[in-house]
Amino acid sequence: MNIVVCAKQIPDPAEPGALDPQTKTLKRDGKLILDESDMYGVEMALQLAEAAGGGEVTLVSMAPDNKVDGLRSGLAMGAAKAVLVSDPALAGTDALGTAKVLAAAIGKVDGAQLVLTATESSDGYTGTVPEQIAAILGMPSITFAKSIEVRDGTVYVKRQTDAGYDEVECPLPCVVSVTAGVVEPRYPSFKGIMAAKSKPLDQLTLADTGVDAGSVGWGGGGQEIVGIEDAPAREAGEIFEDDGSGVDKIVAYLENLKIV
Amino acid sequence: MTLSKIWVYAEATDGNVSNTTLELLTKARELAGTVEAVFGGDGASVAATLGEYGATTVHATGDLGGVLAGVPVAAAIAAAVAGGAAPDAILFGTSYDGRDVAGRLSVALDRTVITNNVDLEEDGGALVCTEPVFGGATLVKTKFTGAGPNLVLVRPKSFSAEPSGGAPAAIEALAVPDTGAAGAARVTNRFVEERSGPSLDDAAIVVAGGRGLGESDKFELVEDLAKLLGAAPGASRAIVDAGWVPYSYQVGQTGKVVKPTVYIAAGISGATQHMVGMKGSKNIIAVNKDSEAPIFGVADLGIVGDVHKVLPALIEALKSRS
Repeated sequence: MNIVVCAKQIPDPAEPGALDPQTKTLKRDGKLILDESDMYGVEMALQLAEAAGGGEVTLVSMAPDNKVDGLRSGLAMGAAKAVLVSDPALAGTDALGTAKVLAAAIGKVDGAQLVLTATESSDGYTGTVPEQIAAILGMPSITFAKSIEVRDGTVYVKRQTDAGYDEVECPLPCVVSVTAGVVEPRYPSFKGIMAAKSKPLDQLTLADTGVDAGSVGWGGGGQEIVGIEDAPAREAGEIFEDDGSGVDKIVAYLENLKIV
Repeated sequence: MTLSKIWVYAEATDGNVSNTTLELLTKARELAGTVEAVFGGDGASVAATLGEYGATTVHATGDLGGVLAGVPVAAAIAAAVAGGAAPDAILFGTSYDGRDVAGRLSVALDRTVITNNVDLEEDGGALVCTEPVFGGATLVKTKFTGAGPNLVLVRPKSFSAEPSGGAPAAIEALAVPDTGAAGAARVTNRFVEERSGPSLDDAAIVVAGGRGLGESDKFELVEDLAKLLGAAPGASRAIVDAGWVPYSYQVGQTGKVVKPTVYIAAGISGATQHMVGMKGSKNIIAVNKDSEAPIFGVADLGIVGDVHKVLPALIEALKSRS
Protein backbone atom coordinates (compact mmCIF):
# COMPACT_ATOMS: atom_id res chain seq x y z
CA MET A 1 0.00 0.00 0.00
CA ASN A 2 1.49 3.35 -1.06
CA ILE A 3 1.06 6.12 1.47
CA VAL A 4 1.69 9.85 1.20
CA VAL A 5 2.55 11.86 4.31
CA CYS A 6 2.27 15.64 4.27
CA ALA A 7 5.34 16.94 6.07
CA LYS A 8 5.74 20.58 7.02
CA GLN A 9 9.14 22.11 7.58
CA ILE A 10 8.90 24.85 10.19
CA PRO A 11 11.15 27.23 12.15
CA ASP A 12 12.43 25.48 15.30
CA PRO A 13 9.67 26.04 17.90
CA ALA A 14 12.39 26.16 20.58
CA GLU A 15 13.62 29.46 19.07
CA PRO A 16 11.54 32.59 19.68
CA GLY A 17 9.31 33.26 16.67
CA ALA A 18 9.10 36.65 14.99
CA LEU A 19 6.89 38.37 12.47
CA ASP A 20 8.45 39.86 9.37
CA PRO A 21 7.66 43.60 9.67
CA GLN A 22 7.30 43.89 5.89
CA THR A 23 5.01 40.95 5.20
CA LYS A 24 3.46 40.68 8.69
CA THR A 25 3.75 36.89 8.57
CA LEU A 26 5.94 34.41 10.44
CA LYS A 27 9.63 34.62 9.51
CA ARG A 28 10.72 31.40 7.86
CA ASP A 29 14.15 32.41 6.56
CA GLY A 30 16.25 30.45 9.06
CA LYS A 31 16.80 26.73 9.33
CA LEU A 32 13.61 24.70 9.02
CA ILE A 33 13.03 21.39 10.79
CA LEU A 34 10.40 18.67 10.38
CA ASP A 35 7.32 19.67 12.39
CA GLU A 36 7.16 17.31 15.37
CA SER A 37 3.43 16.88 14.67
CA ASP A 38 4.32 15.29 11.32
CA MET A 39 6.67 12.70 12.83
CA TYR A 40 3.58 10.85 14.07
CA GLY A 41 2.23 10.66 10.51
CA VAL A 42 5.57 9.42 9.16
CA GLU A 43 5.79 6.74 11.86
CA MET A 44 2.15 5.71 11.37
CA ALA A 45 2.70 5.43 7.61
CA LEU A 46 5.81 3.27 8.04
CA GLN A 47 3.92 0.94 10.40
CA LEU A 48 0.86 0.72 8.13
CA ALA A 49 2.98 0.01 5.04
CA GLU A 50 4.77 -2.74 6.92
CA ALA A 51 1.50 -4.21 8.21
CA ALA A 52 0.16 -4.20 4.65
CA GLY A 53 3.15 -6.25 3.54
CA GLY A 54 4.91 -3.47 1.70
CA GLY A 55 4.43 -0.25 -0.19
CA GLU A 56 6.21 3.06 -0.42
CA VAL A 57 5.92 6.00 1.93
CA THR A 58 6.32 9.33 0.12
CA LEU A 59 6.70 12.70 1.85
CA VAL A 60 5.11 15.76 0.28
CA SER A 61 6.02 19.27 1.39
CA MET A 62 5.83 22.94 0.44
CA ALA A 63 8.58 25.18 1.79
CA PRO A 64 10.47 28.37 0.92
CA ASP A 65 14.00 28.44 -0.55
CA ASN A 66 14.13 24.75 -1.51
CA LYS A 67 14.66 23.81 2.14
CA VAL A 68 15.03 20.04 2.56
CA ASP A 69 16.48 19.47 6.05
CA GLY A 70 13.12 18.51 7.53
CA LEU A 71 12.37 16.16 4.65
CA ARG A 72 15.76 14.47 5.15
CA SER A 73 14.69 13.77 8.76
CA GLY A 74 11.57 12.01 7.49
CA LEU A 75 13.56 10.07 4.93
CA ALA A 76 16.00 9.07 7.68
CA MET A 77 13.06 7.63 9.65
CA GLY A 78 12.36 5.37 6.67
CA ALA A 79 10.24 7.14 4.05
CA ALA A 80 11.24 6.08 0.52
CA LYS A 81 11.16 9.41 -1.27
CA ALA A 82 10.01 13.00 -1.06
CA VAL A 83 8.43 15.68 -3.23
CA LEU A 84 9.09 19.33 -2.40
CA VAL A 85 7.28 22.25 -3.99
CA SER A 86 9.23 25.47 -3.60
CA ASP A 87 8.72 28.70 -5.50
CA PRO A 88 9.14 32.39 -4.63
CA ALA A 89 5.58 32.93 -5.93
CA LEU A 90 4.26 30.81 -3.03
CA ALA A 91 5.32 33.24 -0.28
CA GLY A 92 2.24 34.41 1.62
CA THR A 93 0.00 31.58 0.41
CA ASP A 94 -3.02 30.87 2.66
CA ALA A 95 -4.19 27.43 3.84
CA LEU A 96 -6.44 26.89 0.81
CA GLY A 97 -3.64 27.75 -1.65
CA THR A 98 -1.29 25.47 0.30
CA ALA A 99 -3.82 22.64 0.05
CA LYS A 100 -4.09 23.20 -3.72
CA VAL A 101 -0.31 22.91 -4.11
CA LEU A 102 -0.02 19.85 -1.85
CA ALA A 103 -2.98 18.12 -3.54
CA ALA A 104 -1.34 18.67 -6.93
CA ALA A 105 1.93 17.21 -5.63
CA ILE A 106 0.09 14.22 -4.11
CA GLY A 107 -1.55 13.67 -7.50
CA LYS A 108 1.92 13.07 -8.95
CA VAL A 109 2.61 10.16 -6.56
CA ASP A 110 1.72 6.82 -8.14
CA GLY A 111 -1.12 4.86 -6.58
CA ALA A 112 -1.38 6.68 -3.25
CA GLN A 113 -4.16 4.91 -1.33
CA LEU A 114 -3.82 6.78 1.94
CA VAL A 115 -2.79 10.37 2.65
CA LEU A 116 -1.72 11.10 6.23
CA THR A 117 -1.33 14.56 7.77
CA ALA A 118 -1.04 16.06 11.23
CA THR A 119 -4.20 17.67 12.60
CA GLU A 120 -2.49 21.06 12.36
CA SER A 121 1.01 22.45 12.01
CA SER A 122 2.88 23.75 15.05
CA ASP A 123 3.56 27.16 13.50
CA GLY A 124 0.49 28.22 11.51
CA TYR A 125 -2.03 25.85 13.16
CA THR A 126 -4.99 26.62 10.90
CA GLY A 127 -6.04 22.95 11.06
CA THR A 128 -7.98 23.17 7.80
CA VAL A 129 -5.41 21.89 5.29
CA PRO A 130 -6.13 18.12 5.71
CA GLU A 131 -9.82 18.59 4.92
CA GLN A 132 -9.05 21.01 2.09
CA ILE A 133 -6.61 18.52 0.49
CA ALA A 134 -9.26 15.79 0.70
CA ALA A 135 -11.88 18.07 -0.86
CA ILE A 136 -9.58 19.01 -3.75
CA LEU A 137 -8.69 15.36 -4.37
CA GLY A 138 -12.39 14.41 -4.12
CA MET A 139 -11.55 11.94 -1.35
CA PRO A 140 -13.29 11.20 1.93
CA SER A 141 -11.43 12.17 5.09
CA ILE A 142 -11.26 11.30 8.75
CA THR A 143 -9.70 13.95 10.97
CA PHE A 144 -8.26 13.63 14.49
CA ALA A 145 -7.35 9.94 14.35
CA LYS A 146 -5.94 8.50 17.57
CA SER A 147 -5.48 5.06 16.01
CA ILE A 148 -5.58 3.70 12.45
CA GLU A 149 -5.90 0.20 11.01
CA VAL A 150 -6.31 -0.82 7.39
CA ARG A 151 -8.02 -4.10 6.44
CA ASP A 152 -9.22 -5.20 2.99
CA GLY A 153 -9.25 -1.74 1.46
CA THR A 154 -11.06 -0.07 4.37
CA VAL A 155 -9.50 2.23 6.94
CA TYR A 156 -10.71 1.94 10.56
CA VAL A 157 -10.06 4.94 12.76
CA LYS A 158 -10.68 5.91 16.36
CA ARG A 159 -11.53 9.59 15.98
CA GLN A 160 -11.08 11.96 18.92
CA THR A 161 -14.29 13.61 20.18
CA ASP A 162 -15.06 15.93 23.09
CA ALA A 163 -16.48 13.07 25.13
CA GLY A 164 -14.13 10.26 24.10
CA TYR A 165 -13.83 8.82 20.62
CA ASP A 166 -15.87 7.58 17.66
CA GLU A 167 -15.08 4.50 15.64
CA VAL A 168 -15.15 5.61 12.01
CA GLU A 169 -14.64 3.54 8.89
CA CYS A 170 -14.11 4.50 5.28
CA PRO A 171 -13.08 2.77 2.05
CA LEU A 172 -9.70 3.77 0.57
CA PRO A 173 -8.49 6.05 -0.90
CA CYS A 174 -8.85 8.41 2.05
CA VAL A 175 -7.15 11.31 3.83
CA VAL A 176 -6.58 10.82 7.57
CA SER A 177 -5.20 13.42 10.00
CA VAL A 178 -3.46 11.97 13.05
CA THR A 179 -3.24 13.42 16.56
CA ALA A 180 0.11 13.68 18.31
CA GLY A 181 0.74 10.56 20.34
CA VAL A 182 -1.01 8.20 17.89
CA VAL A 183 2.28 6.24 17.74
CA GLU A 184 5.76 6.73 19.17
CA PRO A 185 7.96 8.14 16.39
CA ARG A 186 11.22 6.24 15.95
CA TYR A 187 14.61 7.90 16.15
CA PRO A 188 16.44 7.69 12.84
CA SER A 189 19.33 5.23 12.96
CA PHE A 190 22.80 6.23 11.76
CA LYS A 191 22.23 3.96 8.77
CA GLY A 192 18.92 5.68 8.11
CA ILE A 193 20.50 9.12 8.24
CA MET A 194 23.20 8.07 5.77
CA ALA A 195 20.67 6.40 3.45
CA ALA A 196 18.43 9.50 3.49
CA LYS A 197 21.12 11.52 1.75
CA SER A 198 20.75 9.51 -1.44
CA LYS A 199 16.97 8.93 -1.44
CA PRO A 200 15.01 10.52 -4.32
CA LEU A 201 13.83 14.06 -3.58
CA ASP A 202 11.87 15.66 -6.42
CA GLN A 203 11.77 19.43 -6.47
CA LEU A 204 8.84 21.08 -8.21
CA THR A 205 8.07 24.71 -9.03
CA LEU A 206 4.58 26.20 -8.93
CA ALA A 207 4.37 25.81 -12.72
CA ASP A 208 5.18 22.08 -12.37
CA THR A 209 2.13 21.62 -10.12
CA GLY A 210 -0.26 23.26 -12.58
CA VAL A 211 -1.89 25.30 -9.79
CA ASP A 212 -3.12 28.72 -10.96
CA ALA A 213 -0.68 31.41 -9.81
CA GLY A 214 -3.63 33.68 -9.07
CA SER A 215 -4.85 31.43 -6.24
CA VAL A 216 -1.56 31.42 -4.26
CA GLY A 217 0.87 33.99 -2.88
CA TRP A 218 0.02 37.28 -1.21
CA GLY A 219 -2.86 38.10 -3.54
CA GLY A 220 -4.39 34.63 -3.61
CA GLY A 221 -6.05 34.53 -0.22
CA GLY A 222 -8.68 37.25 -0.36
CA GLN A 223 -7.42 38.60 2.96
CA GLU A 224 -5.17 41.37 4.17
CA ILE A 225 -3.42 41.84 7.51
CA VAL A 226 -4.53 45.26 8.73
CA GLY A 227 -2.98 45.40 12.18
CA ILE A 228 -0.53 43.81 14.59
CA GLU A 229 -0.62 44.76 18.23
CA ASP A 230 0.67 43.53 21.56
CA ALA A 231 -1.99 41.77 23.58
CA PRO A 232 -2.90 43.58 26.81
CA ALA A 233 -0.31 42.33 29.31
CA ARG A 234 -1.45 40.66 32.51
CA GLU A 235 -0.60 42.58 35.61
CA ALA A 236 2.69 41.23 36.97
CA GLY A 237 2.14 38.66 39.69
CA GLU A 238 4.11 37.81 42.80
CA ILE A 239 6.75 35.14 42.40
CA PHE A 240 8.28 33.47 45.44
CA GLU A 241 11.19 31.09 45.84
CA ASP A 242 9.75 28.16 47.85
CA ASP A 243 11.33 28.09 51.30
CA GLY A 244 8.65 25.79 52.68
CA SER A 245 6.05 28.58 52.94
CA GLY A 246 4.86 28.23 49.34
CA VAL A 247 1.89 26.18 50.48
CA ASP A 248 0.78 28.86 52.94
CA LYS A 249 0.94 31.46 50.19
CA ILE A 250 -1.26 29.34 47.92
CA VAL A 251 -3.76 28.67 50.72
CA ALA A 252 -3.87 32.38 51.60
CA TYR A 253 -4.41 33.25 47.94
CA LEU A 254 -7.31 30.77 47.68
CA GLU A 255 -8.76 32.05 50.97
CA ASN A 256 -8.68 35.58 49.63
CA LEU A 257 -10.78 34.39 46.66
CA LYS A 258 -13.10 32.63 49.14
CA ILE A 259 -12.41 29.30 47.47
CA VAL A 260 -11.32 27.64 50.70
CA MET B 1 -23.04 49.88 9.68
CA THR B 2 -23.61 46.20 10.09
CA LEU B 3 -23.44 43.17 7.89
CA SER B 4 -26.71 42.06 6.41
CA LYS B 5 -26.75 38.36 7.25
CA ILE B 6 -24.55 35.90 9.15
CA TRP B 7 -24.91 32.14 9.37
CA VAL B 8 -23.58 30.26 12.38
CA TYR B 9 -22.66 26.58 12.05
CA ALA B 10 -24.50 25.02 14.99
CA GLU B 11 -23.28 21.93 16.84
CA ALA B 12 -25.16 19.86 19.38
CA THR B 13 -24.85 16.59 21.29
CA ASP B 14 -28.15 14.80 21.91
CA GLY B 15 -30.06 18.03 21.36
CA ASN B 16 -27.80 20.07 23.69
CA VAL B 17 -26.47 22.97 21.66
CA SER B 18 -22.75 23.59 22.30
CA ASN B 19 -21.68 26.64 24.27
CA THR B 20 -19.49 27.75 21.39
CA THR B 21 -22.53 27.85 19.11
CA LEU B 22 -24.37 30.09 21.60
CA GLU B 23 -21.31 32.36 21.90
CA LEU B 24 -21.16 32.74 18.12
CA LEU B 25 -24.88 33.49 17.84
CA THR B 26 -24.53 36.18 20.51
CA LYS B 27 -21.63 37.86 18.68
CA ALA B 28 -23.36 37.49 15.31
CA ARG B 29 -26.36 39.51 16.61
CA GLU B 30 -24.01 42.42 17.22
CA LEU B 31 -22.47 42.19 13.74
CA ALA B 32 -25.42 41.54 11.45
CA GLY B 33 -29.06 42.45 10.96
CA THR B 34 -30.11 38.84 10.41
CA VAL B 35 -28.65 35.80 12.17
CA GLU B 36 -29.44 32.28 11.03
CA ALA B 37 -28.05 28.85 11.92
CA VAL B 38 -26.96 25.90 9.82
CA PHE B 39 -27.24 22.46 11.41
CA GLY B 40 -26.18 19.00 10.28
CA GLY B 41 -29.03 17.13 11.92
CA ASP B 42 -32.67 17.30 12.93
CA GLY B 43 -33.65 20.98 13.16
CA ALA B 44 -36.52 20.37 15.58
CA SER B 45 -34.09 19.21 18.28
CA VAL B 46 -32.27 22.55 18.39
CA ALA B 47 -34.70 25.19 17.02
CA ALA B 48 -35.85 26.44 20.45
CA THR B 49 -32.35 26.99 21.86
CA LEU B 50 -31.00 28.53 18.65
CA GLY B 51 -33.98 30.90 18.57
CA GLU B 52 -33.48 31.85 22.20
CA TYR B 53 -29.97 33.03 21.26
CA GLY B 54 -31.06 35.00 18.24
CA ALA B 55 -31.26 32.70 15.20
CA THR B 56 -34.46 33.40 13.30
CA THR B 57 -34.07 30.37 11.04
CA VAL B 58 -32.21 27.08 11.25
CA HIS B 59 -31.24 25.52 7.93
CA ALA B 60 -31.11 21.85 8.85
CA THR B 61 -29.98 18.85 6.79
CA GLY B 62 -31.89 16.27 8.81
CA ASP B 63 -30.17 13.20 10.27
CA LEU B 64 -26.84 12.49 8.57
CA GLY B 65 -26.98 8.76 9.30
CA GLY B 66 -23.56 8.65 10.95
CA VAL B 67 -21.69 10.25 8.04
CA LEU B 68 -19.01 12.66 9.33
CA ALA B 69 -20.42 16.19 9.06
CA GLY B 70 -17.69 17.80 6.92
CA VAL B 71 -18.64 16.50 3.49
CA PRO B 72 -22.47 16.54 3.55
CA VAL B 73 -22.88 19.82 5.46
CA ALA B 74 -20.34 21.67 3.29
CA ALA B 75 -21.96 20.32 0.12
CA ALA B 76 -25.39 21.41 1.36
CA ILE B 77 -24.20 24.92 2.25
CA ALA B 78 -22.36 25.26 -1.08
CA ALA B 79 -25.54 24.28 -2.94
CA ALA B 80 -27.58 26.81 -0.96
CA VAL B 81 -25.02 29.53 -1.67
CA ALA B 82 -25.05 28.66 -5.38
CA GLY B 83 -28.85 28.92 -5.22
CA GLY B 84 -28.61 32.53 -4.08
CA ALA B 85 -28.92 32.17 -0.31
CA ALA B 86 -25.43 33.52 0.40
CA PRO B 87 -24.92 35.23 3.77
CA ASP B 88 -22.09 37.77 4.21
CA ALA B 89 -20.25 35.44 6.55
CA ILE B 90 -20.44 31.95 8.04
CA LEU B 91 -19.01 31.50 11.55
CA PHE B 92 -17.71 28.14 12.79
CA GLY B 93 -16.42 27.14 16.22
CA THR B 94 -12.92 25.66 16.30
CA SER B 95 -14.12 22.11 16.94
CA TYR B 96 -13.55 18.75 15.28
CA ASP B 97 -16.54 19.08 12.97
CA GLY B 98 -16.37 22.88 12.67
CA ARG B 99 -12.92 22.70 11.10
CA ASP B 100 -13.99 19.88 8.77
CA VAL B 101 -17.05 21.73 7.47
CA ALA B 102 -15.16 25.03 7.08
CA GLY B 103 -12.27 23.33 5.26
CA ARG B 104 -14.53 21.43 2.85
CA LEU B 105 -16.63 24.51 2.22
CA SER B 106 -13.60 26.68 1.48
CA VAL B 107 -12.74 24.37 -1.41
CA ALA B 108 -16.32 24.13 -2.66
CA LEU B 109 -16.66 27.94 -2.67
CA ASP B 110 -12.97 28.65 -3.42
CA ARG B 111 -12.81 31.04 -0.45
CA THR B 112 -10.12 31.46 2.18
CA VAL B 113 -10.86 30.56 5.81
CA ILE B 114 -9.50 32.81 8.55
CA THR B 115 -8.79 30.61 11.56
CA ASN B 116 -8.16 30.71 15.32
CA ASN B 117 -9.94 33.99 15.90
CA VAL B 118 -10.78 35.38 19.31
CA ASP B 119 -12.55 38.53 18.20
CA LEU B 120 -14.55 39.83 15.23
CA GLU B 121 -15.50 43.34 14.22
CA GLU B 122 -17.04 45.04 11.27
CA ASP B 123 -15.12 47.81 9.50
CA GLY B 124 -16.66 49.65 6.56
CA GLY B 125 -18.82 46.68 5.64
CA ALA B 126 -15.90 44.21 5.83
CA LEU B 127 -15.30 41.63 8.52
CA VAL B 128 -12.05 41.97 10.51
CA CYS B 129 -10.80 39.00 12.54
CA THR B 130 -8.37 38.98 15.47
CA GLU B 131 -6.04 36.01 15.91
CA PRO B 132 -3.56 35.61 18.79
CA VAL B 133 -0.04 34.44 17.88
CA PHE B 134 3.04 33.58 19.94
CA GLY B 135 0.95 32.18 22.77
CA GLY B 136 -1.33 35.19 22.81
CA ALA B 137 1.41 37.81 23.25
CA THR B 138 0.62 39.37 19.88
CA LEU B 139 -2.73 39.95 18.17
CA VAL B 140 -2.98 39.91 14.37
CA LYS B 141 -5.97 41.55 12.68
CA THR B 142 -6.95 40.28 9.26
CA LYS B 143 -9.59 41.70 6.96
CA PHE B 144 -11.46 39.81 4.26
CA THR B 145 -10.92 41.44 0.86
CA GLY B 146 -12.51 38.84 -1.44
CA ALA B 147 -16.12 38.06 -2.26
CA GLY B 148 -18.38 36.55 0.41
CA PRO B 149 -19.46 34.51 2.11
CA ASN B 150 -16.49 35.05 4.45
CA LEU B 151 -15.55 31.85 6.26
CA VAL B 152 -14.41 32.32 9.85
CA LEU B 153 -13.25 29.84 12.50
CA VAL B 154 -13.54 31.19 16.04
CA ARG B 155 -11.96 29.75 19.18
CA PRO B 156 -14.29 28.59 21.98
CA LYS B 157 -14.95 31.02 24.87
CA SER B 158 -14.07 34.06 22.76
CA PHE B 159 -17.43 35.67 23.56
CA SER B 160 -19.97 35.32 26.34
CA ALA B 161 -23.29 33.69 25.46
CA GLU B 162 -26.31 35.91 26.17
CA PRO B 163 -29.87 34.89 25.26
CA SER B 164 -31.89 37.32 23.18
CA GLY B 165 -35.16 35.73 24.25
CA GLY B 166 -36.13 35.10 20.65
CA ALA B 167 -38.85 32.70 19.51
CA PRO B 168 -37.89 29.22 18.30
CA ALA B 169 -36.04 29.39 14.99
CA ALA B 170 -38.05 28.53 11.88
CA ILE B 171 -36.84 25.25 10.41
CA GLU B 172 -35.85 25.26 6.74
CA ALA B 173 -34.75 22.07 5.00
CA LEU B 174 -31.17 22.22 3.73
CA ALA B 175 -30.85 19.64 0.95
CA VAL B 176 -27.70 17.52 0.87
CA PRO B 177 -26.60 16.80 -2.70
CA ASP B 178 -25.12 13.42 -3.67
CA THR B 179 -21.53 13.50 -2.41
CA GLY B 180 -20.37 10.21 -3.98
CA ALA B 181 -17.25 8.51 -2.61
CA ALA B 182 -16.18 11.65 -0.70
CA GLY B 183 -19.06 11.19 1.73
CA ALA B 184 -18.15 7.61 2.65
CA ALA B 185 -16.60 8.14 6.10
CA ARG B 186 -19.12 6.87 8.63
CA VAL B 187 -19.27 6.58 12.42
CA THR B 188 -20.03 3.02 13.50
CA ASN B 189 -19.71 3.38 17.28
CA ARG B 190 -19.37 6.15 19.87
CA PHE B 191 -17.41 5.81 23.11
CA VAL B 192 -17.48 8.09 26.12
CA GLU B 193 -14.30 8.18 28.21
CA GLU B 194 -15.14 8.43 31.89
CA ARG B 195 -13.42 11.27 33.66
CA SER B 196 -13.67 12.43 37.23
CA GLY B 197 -15.02 15.76 38.48
CA PRO B 198 -16.52 18.66 36.57
CA SER B 199 -15.71 19.16 32.88
CA LEU B 200 -12.88 21.43 31.77
CA ASP B 201 -15.41 23.51 29.88
CA ASP B 202 -17.48 24.46 32.89
CA ALA B 203 -15.19 24.20 35.92
CA ALA B 204 -14.59 27.30 38.03
CA ILE B 205 -11.24 25.85 39.08
CA VAL B 206 -8.79 23.89 36.93
CA VAL B 207 -5.74 22.04 38.26
CA ALA B 208 -3.40 21.08 35.42
CA GLY B 209 -0.22 19.04 35.41
CA GLY B 210 2.75 18.93 33.06
CA ARG B 211 6.05 17.27 32.37
CA GLY B 212 7.46 18.63 35.65
CA LEU B 213 5.46 15.92 37.47
CA GLY B 214 8.21 13.58 36.28
CA GLU B 215 6.23 10.38 35.77
CA SER B 216 2.69 9.36 34.93
CA ASP B 217 1.87 8.04 38.45
CA LYS B 218 2.37 11.52 39.83
CA PHE B 219 -0.65 12.82 37.92
CA GLU B 220 -2.56 11.44 40.93
CA LEU B 221 -1.38 14.52 42.82
CA VAL B 222 -3.19 16.69 40.28
CA GLU B 223 -6.33 14.57 40.52
CA ASP B 224 -6.28 14.53 44.34
CA LEU B 225 -5.90 18.30 44.52
CA ALA B 226 -8.61 18.78 41.90
CA LYS B 227 -10.99 16.59 43.87
CA LEU B 228 -10.41 18.56 47.08
CA LEU B 229 -11.10 21.85 45.31
CA GLY B 230 -14.02 20.59 43.22
CA ALA B 231 -11.85 21.38 40.20
CA ALA B 232 -11.42 19.81 36.78
CA PRO B 233 -8.07 18.11 36.20
CA GLY B 234 -6.23 19.18 33.06
CA ALA B 235 -2.91 18.54 31.35
CA SER B 236 -0.31 20.03 29.06
CA ARG B 237 0.22 18.61 25.60
CA ALA B 238 3.57 17.09 26.63
CA ILE B 239 2.03 14.58 29.03
CA VAL B 240 -0.93 13.85 26.75
CA ASP B 241 1.50 13.02 23.91
CA ALA B 242 3.44 10.88 26.38
CA GLY B 243 0.25 8.91 27.05
CA TRP B 244 -0.09 9.75 30.77
CA VAL B 245 -3.67 11.03 30.39
CA PRO B 246 -6.24 11.02 27.56
CA TYR B 247 -6.43 13.83 25.02
CA SER B 248 -9.69 15.02 26.59
CA TYR B 249 -7.59 16.45 29.47
CA GLN B 250 -5.49 18.64 27.21
CA VAL B 251 -5.55 22.40 27.73
CA GLY B 252 -4.07 24.52 24.97
CA GLN B 253 -3.95 25.31 21.31
CA THR B 254 -4.92 21.81 20.27
CA GLY B 255 -6.99 20.97 23.32
CA LYS B 256 -9.52 22.90 25.39
CA VAL B 257 -9.63 26.61 25.95
CA VAL B 258 -10.43 27.26 29.62
CA LYS B 259 -11.21 30.49 31.44
CA PRO B 260 -11.81 29.45 35.04
CA THR B 261 -11.70 31.69 38.11
CA VAL B 262 -8.55 29.90 39.24
CA TYR B 263 -6.05 27.95 37.13
CA ILE B 264 -3.36 26.03 39.00
CA ALA B 265 -0.45 24.97 36.77
CA ALA B 266 1.70 22.28 38.37
CA GLY B 267 4.97 21.41 36.67
CA ILE B 268 3.94 23.19 33.49
CA SER B 269 6.61 25.35 31.85
CA GLY B 270 4.14 27.36 29.77
CA ALA B 271 4.84 26.51 26.13
CA THR B 272 3.10 28.78 23.62
CA GLN B 273 0.86 25.82 22.80
CA HIS B 274 -0.42 25.69 26.38
CA MET B 275 -0.67 29.40 27.15
CA VAL B 276 -3.17 30.02 24.34
CA GLY B 277 -5.58 27.72 26.14
CA MET B 278 -5.38 29.12 29.68
CA LYS B 279 -4.17 32.73 29.52
CA GLY B 280 -7.72 34.01 29.86
CA SER B 281 -8.08 32.52 33.37
CA LYS B 282 -8.94 35.12 36.02
CA ASN B 283 -6.31 33.98 38.52
CA ILE B 284 -3.29 31.88 37.66
CA ILE B 285 -1.20 30.04 40.25
CA ALA B 286 1.97 28.35 38.98
CA VAL B 287 4.32 25.92 40.68
CA ASN B 288 7.50 25.09 38.77
CA LYS B 289 11.07 24.55 39.79
CA ASP B 290 12.51 26.56 36.91
CA SER B 291 12.32 30.25 37.80
CA GLU B 292 12.80 31.10 34.10
CA ALA B 293 9.71 29.12 33.02
CA PRO B 294 7.41 31.28 30.81
CA ILE B 295 4.40 30.29 32.95
CA PHE B 296 5.64 32.73 35.62
CA GLY B 297 5.17 35.54 33.10
CA VAL B 298 1.38 35.12 33.34
CA ALA B 299 1.10 33.87 36.94
CA ASP B 300 -0.59 36.00 39.59
CA LEU B 301 1.04 33.82 42.23
CA GLY B 302 4.17 31.90 41.31
CA ILE B 303 5.96 29.42 43.54
CA VAL B 304 9.45 28.50 42.33
CA GLY B 305 9.65 25.08 43.90
CA ASP B 306 9.33 21.33 43.56
CA VAL B 307 5.79 20.16 42.70
CA HIS B 308 6.55 16.88 44.48
CA LYS B 309 6.84 18.82 47.73
CA VAL B 310 4.37 21.66 47.19
CA LEU B 311 1.42 19.59 45.91
CA PRO B 312 1.43 16.94 48.68
CA ALA B 313 1.78 19.69 51.30
CA LEU B 314 -1.07 21.65 49.72
CA ILE B 315 -3.26 18.53 49.66
CA GLU B 316 -2.51 17.91 53.36
CA ALA B 317 -3.19 21.54 54.25
CA LEU B 318 -6.57 21.49 52.47
CA LYS B 319 -7.52 18.12 53.99
CA SER B 320 -6.77 19.39 57.49
CA ARG B 321 -9.18 22.27 56.95
CA SER B 322 -12.13 20.19 55.80
